[in-house]
Amino acid sequence: MKRAPTHSYPGINLGERHASADKAAEVVTFGFWVFLMSDLVYFGLMFAIYITMIDAQAGGPGPHELFDLKSVFAQTLILLTSSLTVGLAMLALKYNLPRGRIILWFGVTLLLGLSFLVLEIRDFMAMAEKGGIPQRSGFLSAFFGLVPLHGLHVAAGCLWLIVLGVQLRVKGMTDVIISRVVRLALFWHFLDLIWIGIITIVYFGGLTYG
Amino acid sequence: MDNRSEMHRRERRRYVIGYGGSLILTLAMFGVAYLFGIETVGVYLTIGLLGLAQLILQLVYFLHIDRRRSSREDLHLVLFSTMVLLIMILGTVWVLGNLAIRMHMHTM
Repeated sequence: MKRAPTHSYPGINLGERHASADKAAEVVTFGFWVFLMSDLVYFGLMFAIYITMIDAQAGGPGPHELFDLKSVFAQTLILLTSSLTVGLAMLALKYNLPRGRIILWFGVTLLLGLSFLVLEIRDFMAMAEKGGIPQRSGFLSAFFGLVPLHGLHVAAGCLWLIVLGVQLRVKGMTDVIISRVVRLALFWHFLDLIWIGIITIVYFGGLTYG
Repeated sequence: MDNRSEMHRRERRRYVIGYGGSLILTLAMFGVAYLFGIETVGVYLTIGLLGLAQLILQLVYFLHIDRRRSSREDLHLVLFSTMVLLIMILGTVWVLGNLAIRMHMHTM
């Protein structure tokens, strides 16, 4: 299988139709990868703290009382689907589909991101009702340091989607805007990767060892 | 033009494969937890491996990281960051875990 020859930076490339955008995106996209990796290190350390804090419940409520796996399951499916839709927006851009198509996929992604946040915040409120607040124990501090940090990233991604959607409408598909869409797609996929770590380590790990 | 729509289809299929695979792995993960309960180390190991498989699947199909020559630089970045991360995580867990064991012993 032959690949497009112009593969100038990591991740999905825009191809020869967008050669100038590809060239402009080369350095910033690599830089964005560096940012993502440093963000990964940050998340990784929060994971490490969580792992060491699983036992530090100080007599407070633990994973079995606090975690609602059904809601976590719903959040997982929502975030996974949004990762697909942001990829479809990316492809619509790459293959010069009408701009409306990109905005449509952006809209779907935004909707999914927001419903993810609603479910997550509902979970946090349910936890707080059962006494699961950050200052209750080391375990809860670590939990609320990590999971809402991911939620904050999703919220930032939603804001980015809105801003970029407006820019697409107003300014059209200039090289700068195109390279921003590339980075937003990377960011969004990255958030889903982190979420896989969260369900595996925070939720299932917490239930196993907590 | 035909060639282009062919390529479009192929790339879209990549995303759909990544999505379908992740969906199956997610269902397997929650299914295992639901059927066998999340008590034993064996079950958790299975869940962990399913999670790892999904991570790799999404890296390949969504983020387009693979061993192709052109994306190798990027693979190096990811692998190096992962190494740094593993050193920090394992180090933290080792040192603090050891500390916890000693502290518990002290109170007993």
